[in-house]
Amino acid sequence: MTKLAPVLSAHWDEKDSFTLEGYKRHGGYTASAKALAMDPDAVIQLVKDSGLRGRGGAGFPTGMKWGFIPQGDNKDHYLVVNADESEPGTCKDTPLLMANPHVLIEGCIIACHAIRAKHAFIYIRGEVTHVVRRVNQAIEDAYAAGILGNGIDVVLHIGAGAYICGEETALLDSLEGFRGQPRLRPPFPAIAGLYARPTVVNNVESIASVPAIVKNGAEWYQSMGTEKSKGTTLYSLSGHVVNPGQFEAPLGITLREILDLAGGVRPGHTLKFWTPGGSSTPLFTDAHLDVPLDYEGVAAAGSMLGTKALQIFDETTCVVRAVLRWTEFYKHESCGKCTPCREGTWWLVQILRDLEAGKGTEADLAKLLDLCDNIMGRSFCALGDGATSPITSSIKYFRDEYIAHLTQGGCPFDPVASTLFAGAGA
Amino acid sequence: MAYTDEDLQVMDSIIKRYPRPRSAIMPLLHYVQSKAGYVTNEGIEVIAKVLQLEAAEVTAVSTFYTQYKPTPVGEYHVGVCTNTLCAVMGGDAIFASLKDHLGIGNDEVTADGKVSLEHIECNAACDYAPVVMANWEFYDNQTVESAKDLVDSMRAGNPKPPTRGPNKLVTWKEASAVLAGLNDGLAHEGVQAGEPTLLGLKLSKEGK
Repeated sequence: MTKLAPVLSAHWDEKDSFTLEGYKRHGGYTASAKALAMDPDAVIQLVKDSGLRGRGGAGFPTGMKWGFIPQGDNKDHYLVVNADESEPGTCKDTPLLMANPHVLIEGCIIACHAIRAKHAFIYIRGEVTHVVRRVNQAIEDAYAAGILGNGIDVVLHIGAGAYICGEETALLDSLEGFRGQPRLRPPFPAIAGLYARPTVVNNVESIASVPAIVKNGAEWYQSMGTEKSKGTTLYSLSGHVVNPGQFEAPLGITLREILDLAGGVRPGHTLKFWTPGGSSTPLFTDAHLDVPLDYEGVAAAGSMLGTKALQIFDETTCVVRAVLRWTEFYKHESCGKCTPCREGTWWLVQILRDLEAGKGTEADLAKLLDLCDNIMGRSFCALGDGATSPITSSIKYFRDEYIAHLTQGGCPFDPVASTLFAGAGA
Repeated sequence: MAYTDEDLQVMDSIIKRYPRPRSAIMPLLHYVQSKAGYVTNEGIEVIAKVLQLEAAEVTAVSTFYTQYKPTPVGEYHVGVCTNTLCAVMGGDAIFASLKDHLGIGNDEVTADGKVSLEHIECNAACDYAPVVMANWEFYDNQTVESAKDLVDSMRAGNPKPPTRGPNKLVTWKEASAVLAGLNDGLAHEGVQAGEPTLLGLKLSKEGK
């Protein structure tokens, strides 16, 4: 049995965990003081040695990303923190920033020192007013205490409702004051990022993991997790479970273990399908309960660890309805720059609406897969690729359910049965 | 409404946050919404002037992002998450009942100007599903009845406080100022975390 290992979440249960005082009570800002006294290259090496990989979805080694920033180039360098948490199912950075914004600021200081940047930007989504307050206040307090402003500045940038801005190059365009549309790579942000200057873009959880690594050492971090997926991470469990919530555990824990901790699927029901890392990661079923939830384990089973957003759906849920809703989301959020994604997601929605209403034909399933094939890998960014994941995986595991919509001339499920208040006599 | 010298000073302070002025477009659009309630033509013109851009360039940015409203919204703008997980768990039922209860559709405002309604996408609180937002503050674990009570309290002029947010729900304009990066001094109010956020930590302390 894997034991939970709260590091990021260790002090969230203290009422003032979000204040400077609360953060300092547990050694806050001692790691940045230690790092600032180190050679920047040594800090990069430490993060490389720790094995920390990006927590925003792709799992790229954080230290290696930092190492790509050219040194001695006499250019401004920038750190940009991606706090635009919007992937359906993903809900880890938002509670982290509400409970402890200072750990991110301390991580920014360390990362800026390592990559020789004077400026960090935190790009936070705009639909979380109170989290914006908490981060803004933390930055103000850090300036007032002299923690910021001595060579390193942190600026909070607030988004305005666009999923695509979670894509790193769209985020940079948005931060420069344009419509948030992805850029063609190369050049990568490490060479030409914000204002065409060398830029590191990291997820909130990645940067927030750095202070503990500096404080406790690479070996300590290496001691947790699996062979290639080191450390602890936040798993976010939601949906048809008895107790949803955040579970910080070493990488490699399984859904079976997390479900045990959460009291299981809601009483009287069984697991039908789930996402390992948000809606852009191919669906899993009850056959995948023992897949180790690390980067390699989930990939070997045909999906992606993504953001570790474990959305659980029981047998009352219509998979076609679920997939249609996600597809409508991708269509709405497609920025319109690349034709395969802009037009493809539109057609996916049309066909899925017909199928859910029982108006399609079996040939539509082949058409859906053909469309997915024509979207996958054909756009600047991965939004379109993500849109295909729920469709191809659901047809793979639940083809019969699609067919049932056609033979019955409509959806065979009662939407009331899947609601949280269904049992309460609704 | 006219933008006063004081307003222009605030806008200047927003621009000064950035190495390059154009980066300030987004907070300035939030600021315009804090003044006018939505993105007015006058607001576009003012931003264009202070950033030395064409109004068309500012409009192009404004229309890309769904939080910038081209028409007025209510004093309390209510968003019901109808992305898959919330929808399945009750978001669809909540959204349908609020439309019926308020007599308005998606992106519409009640005649008294108090409440507007929008179906929204995932708001990063899935462990609190079904989720309703008001002026982008969290109302967790909603039901059809609790959501109706919430909008009723808004229309009565005494809105229920957010689940994880300040002690009192601020207005749309006040929230827009926060999103422009202006500090309203309410960061210390409200819980640091809700129960689901703390579940893993609690179990860990029990030896799990």
